[in-house]
Amino acid sequence: MKVNMVSAINNALDLAMAEKEEVVLLGEDIGKDGGVFRATDGLQAKYGEGRVMDTPLAESVILGASIGMAMSGLHPVPEIQFAGFMLMGFGQLANHAARYRSRTRSKFEVPMVVRTPISGGVRTLEHHSDSPEALYSHLGGLTVVIPATPYDAKGLMIKALHMRDPVIFLEPTKLYRLFKQEIPDEMYEVEIGKANLVKEGNDLTIVTYGTMLSVVNEVVEKKNLSADVLDLRTINPLDEKSILDSVKKTGKVLIVHEAPLGFGPGAEIAARIAEKAIFELDAPIMRVGSNSFPYPFPGYENYYIPNALKVSKAVDKLLST
Amino acid sequence: MILPIWYGAFLIKRVFQGAVDNIQILDENGDIDASLFPSGLDDKKILEMYRYMSFARALDAKCLSLQRQGRAVTYAPLIGEEATQVGSAMAMRAGDLFVPNFRQHAVYLVRGLPLEIMFLYWRGFEEGAAIPKEVGGFPYIVPVSSQMPHAAGIAFAQKYNKKDVAVLAYVGDGGTSEGDFYEALNFAGVFKLPMVAIIENNQWAISVPRSKQSAAETLAQKGFAAGIRCVQVDGNDVIAVYKVISEAIANAKDGPTLIECVTYRMSMHTTADDPTKYRDPAEVEIWKARDPIDRVRKYLSKKALWSLELEKAMGEEQLKIIDEAVAKAEAFKPDPKSMFENVYGYMPQVLQDELDDSVANNFWQG
Ligand SMILES: Cc1ncc(C[n+]2csc(CCOP(=O)(O)OP(=O)(O)O)c2C)c(N)n1
Ligand SMILES: [Mg+2]
Repeated sequence: MKVNMVSAINNALDLAMAEKEEVVLLGEDIGKDGGVFRATDGLQAKYGEGRVMDTPLAESVILGASIGMAMSGLHPVPEIQFAGFMLMGFGQLANHAARYRSRTRSKFEVPMVVRTPISGGVRTLEHHSDSPEALYSHLGGLTVVIPATPYDAKGLMIKALHMRDPVIFLEPTKLYRLFKQEIPDEMYEVEIGKANLVKEGNDLTIVTYGTMLSVVNEVVEKKNLSADVLDLRTINPLDEKSILDSVKKTGKVLIVHEAPLGFGPGAEIAARIAEKAIFELDAPIMRVGSNSFPYPFPGYENYYIPNALKVSKAVDKLLST
Repeated sequence: MILPIWYGAFLIKRVFQGAVDNIQILDENGDIDASLFPSGLDDKKILEMYRYMSFARALDAKCLSLQRQGRAVTYAPLIGEEATQVGSAMAMRAGDLFVPNFRQHAVYLVRGLPLEIMFLYWRGFEEGAAIPKEVGGFPYIVPVSSQMPHAAGIAFAQKYNKKDVAVLAYVGDGGTSEGDFYEALNFAGVFKLPMVAIIENNQWAISVPRSKQSAAETLAQKGFAAGIRCVQVDGNDVIAVYKVISEAIANAKDGPTLIECVTYRMSMHTTADDPTKYRDPAEVEIWKARDPIDRVRKYLSKKALWSLELEKAMGEEQLKIIDEAVAKAEAFKPDPKSMFENVYGYMPQVLQDELDDSVANNFWQG
C-alpha cells in the first residue's frame, strides 16, 4: 500500500490490535474524533469503546493508568495530544515508567507505547511544536524512537508493541502527511536501536533523524556531496556502532537535529565520537540544532528551526577544515 | 442478637452534606426575575454588557476569517460564551486581576487590552502575550489548567501584600479533570486565598462531551472537596453571571469560590477542528435558542432601549475599531533578535554567540 506516515501508524495500530487483545488505546479525542491528527481514525468503530478510549483531559492519569494497565497484562498505547502536554504527566514517566523494571529487578515490566506528536514547522500555537527527545532519553529506562518515513513508522510501532518495555514514540507532525511511500500491507518489524544508512559516501558523515532528514538530504543533493547520511530512528539507545563505523570511514561528522542545540542529543553523540574515535577525525565534530531556548511562537519559527542554509554552511565549514 | 433500632443512628453520623444551586435571572425570552436582580447593576450597565458581547462576537468572526485567509494561526472561537466572559469581566473591580486560558478574548476586550496586541497573539507573535499592566490580566495559557496554580499564587501574593484584590481564574470543563485544577483549588482553600475560579463549561473539550469528562452531576461540586464555596450559574445569562461573580469577588477577602458557568461552544473547538465528526448538529440548535446575546437584546428591546438603527450603528463602529487594530497588527514586523534577547534577564555569552552566528551567516534569510 502507498501511504503517508499517519496512515502507516494507523495501520500498525490496527494490525497490533487484531493480533493481541492486550493492546488498548487511550487518550484525548482519539475515539470518535480519531485523534486530532487522525492517527487512530476508525479504530474505535472497529474495536469498540472498550479498547479505544476517550479519556478525561488529564495527562498524568493517562500515563499513570497506562503504567498500571501495563503491569497488569495489557499493552496500552496512550496518546498524548502534543508533546508539550506530556510534561503534565512527566512524573509518571520519569519516576515510574523509566524505573519500574530496574527497581524491581525486572519482576515488574511496563510494556507500553506512548505516542505523541513532536517538532515544528507547521505553524502551531505555543507548546505544540517541542522536540523533547533528549529529555526522555536522559532518564534512561525509556526507549525513545522517532520515525522519519512511513515505512519506519509502521515497522518501529509494530516492533515497539512486540517489546516488553516502555517506548516513547515521537511522531514529527510535519512528516505526518508530507509524503507517501510504498510499504508492505502485512506486519513487519523495524529494529529498534538501529540507525538507517540512507545515503553512502566518503567525505563526511551526517547524523540526523526526524524532520531534519529531508533538510539534510536536500543539502546533500544540492551540493552533490559524497556523504554517509545516518537516520538514527532510535534516539535512546543510540546506535553507537553505526555512527562510529561511518565516522571512522569519513573522518568528518556533522550532527543535525531540530531539538535545541544546548544539551541536545547532538551533545551525547558528539561526546561518544570524541571518546571513541577522536584520533580518526580530521576536523572538529560539528552540530546544527535549533537555538538554545524554548520553541518560539509560529511567527518566529522559521528563524529558529535549522534550515538548509544553516546545514549547508556547517557542511562548508566542516569540509574546509 | 437483635440490635436496637437506634444502633446505627448513634455510630453513623453524617459529617458532610452539600448542595449546589443553579442561578438564572434573565431567561431566553428576555424576562427577568426581579427578586434576584443584582445591586450595582442598572440598564445602562446592561446596555454596556450588550455592546461588549456584540463586540466580542464581531471580533470572533474577524479572527475566524483572518485565519481562513491565512492571516492568523490556529484560533479558538468564543461564540456562545460571551455572557460568561463579559458578565465576569464586568463584575471585576478596577484593581482585580484575571488569569485566562486561551478562549477569554471577551475578558481582554472588557478590560481594555489594545486589540492589536490580541491580534498579534493570533498572528503568532510573542508580542501578543505582552499584556500591558493596566489591563490587569495575564497572557493566554495553552496547557490546559496549568494556569490554575498560577492564579492561586497570584491570589496568595495579593493577600500577602494585604491588598483587597480578587483573582479571577478561568478554566474549561475539560480543564477540571487535570490535577492542576484540584491542586490549585485545594491550595486556595487551605490558605483562604482571594481566588474566584470560573469554570467556563461549554459542554465540550474538543470532541469529548461534558458527560465523559466527569461522573459528577455538576462541576461546581468539585469545590466541596476543597472546602470552598461553589455555585452553578446559567452561563448564557449575563446578569446572573455578573451577580454571582460580583458576590464571589466581594467575598474573596474571606476565601475562594468556585463558579461553574453553564454555557455552550456554538462553533468548532479551534480552526483546526471539525465538529461534524463528533457532534450532533441538533444539539447546537437547542443552544441557539439560549443565545446569550439574543436574550439581552430582547430585554433591552422590551424596555425600548434598543433599536435596529442603534444595532447598525454599533456594528459599523465596532468593525471600524477592529479593522484598525488588524491593520496595526499586520504592520508589525518581527525581529528575530528579540527571540534571543528575552530568554534571560541577562545575555549569556553562549547565547550571544548563537545570535552572532545567525546574523553573520544570514541564517534568517535562508
Ligand atoms: C494539558 C493539555 N492537554 C491537552 C491540550 C490540548 N487541548 C487544547 S484545548 C483542549 C480541550 C479543552 O477543553 P476545555 O477545558 O473544556 O476548554 P474549551 O476548549 O472547551 O474552552 C485540549 C484537549 C492542551 N492544550 N493542554
Ligand atoms: Mg469545554
